[in-house]
Amino acid sequence: MNRRANFLMLAVSAMAAAIGSTAAMAQAKEQFFPVLSYRTGPYAPNGAPFANGFVDYLKLVNARDGGINGVKITYEECETGYATDRGVECYERLKGKGPTGATLFHPLSTGITFAVTDKSFNDKIPIVTAGYGRADSRDGTVFGWNFPLGGTYWDAADMLVQHVGKKEGGLDKLKGKKIALVYHDSPYGKEPIALLQERAKMHGFEVLLLPVTHPGVEQKATWLQIRQQRPDYVFLWGWGVMNSTSIKEAVATGYPREKMYGVWWSGAEPDVTPAGDGAKGYNALVFLAPAGQGAVHKDVIKYLHDKGQGTGKKEEIGEVLYNRGMVSAMMSVEAVKRAHIKYGKKPLRGEEVRWGLENLAIDKAAIKRLGFDGFMLPVSTSCADHAGSAPASVHIWDGKRWNVQPGIYEADQQILKPMIRASAEKYAAEKKINKRDCAIEAG
Amino acid sequence: MFYRENGQFKSTYESDQQMLPILQDRVFMLVLLVFAFGAVPFLVSDYLFLSLLIPFLILTIAAIGLNLLVGYCGQISLGHAAFMAVGAYAAYNLVLRVPQLNFLVVLLISGLIAAVVGLVFGIPSLRIKGLYLAVATLAAQFFMDWLFARVKWFTNYAHSGSVQTPPVELFGWTVNTPAEKYLFLLGLLIVFTLVAKNLVRSRIGREWMAMRDMDVAAEVIGIRPVYAKLTAFAVSSFYVGVAGALWGFVHLGSWEPLAFNLTLSLNLLFMIIIGGMGSLLGSYFGAAFIVMLPILLNQLPAMLGVPISTSMATHLELMIFGVLIVFFLIVEPHGLARLWAIGKEKLRLWPFPH
Repeated sequence: MNRRANFLMLAVSAMAAAIGSTAAMAQAKEQFFPVLSYRTGPYAPNGAPFANGFVDYLKLVNARDGGINGVKITYEECETGYATDRGVECYERLKGKGPTGATLFHPLSTGITFAVTDKSFNDKIPIVTAGYGRADSRDGTVFGWNFPLGGTYWDAADMLVQHVGKKEGGLDKLKGKKIALVYHDSPYGKEPIALLQERAKMHGFEVLLLPVTHPGVEQKATWLQIRQQRPDYVFLWGWGVMNSTSIKEAVATGYPREKMYGVWWSGAEPDVTPAGDGAKGYNALVFLAPAGQGAVHKDVIKYLHDKGQGTGKKEEIGEVLYNRGMVSAMMSVEAVKRAHIKYGKKPLRGEEVRWGLENLAIDKAAIKRLGFDGFMLPVSTSCADHAGSAPASVHIWDGKRWNVQPGIYEADQQILKPMIRASAEKYAAEKKINKRDCAIEAG
Repeated sequence: MFYRENGQFKSTYESDQQMLPILQDRVFMLVLLVFAFGAVPFLVSDYLFLSLLIPFLILTIAAIGLNLLVGYCGQISLGHAAFMAVGAYAAYNLVLRVPQLNFLVVLLISGLIAAVVGLVFGIPSLRIKGLYLAVATLAAQFFMDWLFARVKWFTNYAHSGSVQTPPVELFGWTVNTPAEKYLFLLGLLIVFTLVAKNLVRSRIGREWMAMRDMDVAAEVIGIRPVYAKLTAFAVSSFYVGVAGALWGFVHLGSWEPLAFNLTLSLNLLFMIIIGGMGSLLGSYFGAAFIVMLPILLNQLPAMLGVPISTSMATHLELMIFGVLIVFFLIVEPHGLARLWAIGKEKLRLWPFPH
């Protein structure tokens, strides 16, 4: 009896707290950023540095600039564990916080992106997926709230095909070749398949699809197939422990690492270091933020870590994923800044932030001013194109660090555009969405 | 003092066969229903609806379904998330390909499809029992996972295998806001509970229980095991299939095959073990325990004003949750429903326990 009474009291107090938290808050001059992160589970090695970079940048804006144009940033982290259901729960928990609600969401998982995309139409909160998410969400007329800034997986797959084509001496030389896609068996890993098959039809190469089930520590069968089929190239679409396991299996199978190409989520320090020297020669795409430190990192160390305010370990500043988290945060902050021009320097609602995201124009000068010189290329978006241009390069692990190779790739929009259109139309029809007319909204 | 049935005489068969024979229970239930329908939609925040109440209502339907099979008929199943998936994908394809169907009809048909699939996977139960049956139903789980991930037709050739659903519409009413979803699900749950309650009190339910208690003896007194076991599988899968369709359409809105994986099957099983096997009330308690406790534990430190990192909170949540499950199984192996029954017994004697 007592036990039950206690439990009941707990439940009641929890309910009261939850009700209280959504009640109207004082109109403070604050902009609330929800941070969906995963510091536990099989994806933690990759989730934690990203979250550290993201949070560090938000802290830096407060400490160095006193907020965004005087509006203080507040944030709250919520642990998703990379699980879709928990991610949706976090989204619901955080979307109403702060004086104006959540600014925008970085779901940090393609599965969660799919789930919250649905809700964005009602909640009017932008979903920013820097380098992940739905490939078709580039189409802003259907996906009014999604922003796959920095490129989608279709971009990534296209660039990888271009890269191996260049290595072979021309895309036509790919005829008769075999490319294996070792992918995480989730929406994330399945995204590039459509594009690879399209490209395979064009150039006459064969695509071998090798799914790996979550979390990806069991890949013996997959690599047995690679040993039998001897593909010319392996594209790796993994995340978390799956990446390092793949590289270790490649070592065990004797598959040359030089012929393995990871997507940009399969090319960070936690992916290669567990395999030790075996990872030498492994390639991966890199977009936005390669490893290294620049002017902004000095500020992070000066304003945060030297004062004991930093989020992660000081040694991890400048790692690939840390930088990517920082760039993601930076683009979010810039979107708010941009929206300030139109709506005034006050806390903004998600709808107003969307305008900022749709009119984002981060040029070379801005990148230099912000201290991100060398860490990203200019981005500009519009109402119809929510991704902007998405250039990327390839970097190679030499056993100690990532070396970016010369040559910048960009996906062939001639191929992507009709695919995006068809896919977005299908989504709009299934969900019964009224498309936006960008011409009218601009006028 | 207040909770005793002295003076409540039953003089007709009808009054003896009531679902709630005690007046106080009837009053309590009435108050609860009025509260759930009349007050909750106005009191509760969207977050509580979407993250706690809606999953709770849907999973309760699923837990009732599994309880009919495991708790009442004694046939174990580790593959019930697969039948949820069947229901969800059946509903998705029905809505997509026959858009003029009413959603209630869609629910009914997807439940029936799940029932047929459940029937097929129930056939091994005629020959094998216990652990072996558990493994056979596990096969259903893996087969369905594979089917929906690999056969593209089921997901309408979606690039990433993830499907999206349109909003639920009923007779021109779009079930859109959290409160509307809640009311819709609450109505369904009550109907399903009433049907289940009457099923287990009727001939068919008694046959299931006879099979559970001793199948040889049941056969000797004239119960056909084929009929009893297969109906249990079919009815159970029907419930679970409907719950799956609701899970996809009302709760998730967009899902991938991973949403119905083995973890969900095990969670359903935990629900009825913790809530109480062979008890409909137990299904409610179990679903509430499994849905609400992790989220509550995760947020508790922040609510109490103890600042700890999110990863620490998650680790604590997993540990405490595990400990609580073990604790309940040791202290009350018959589940929360049994605790409730003990509480009621005590209340009858209170305040003079002699």
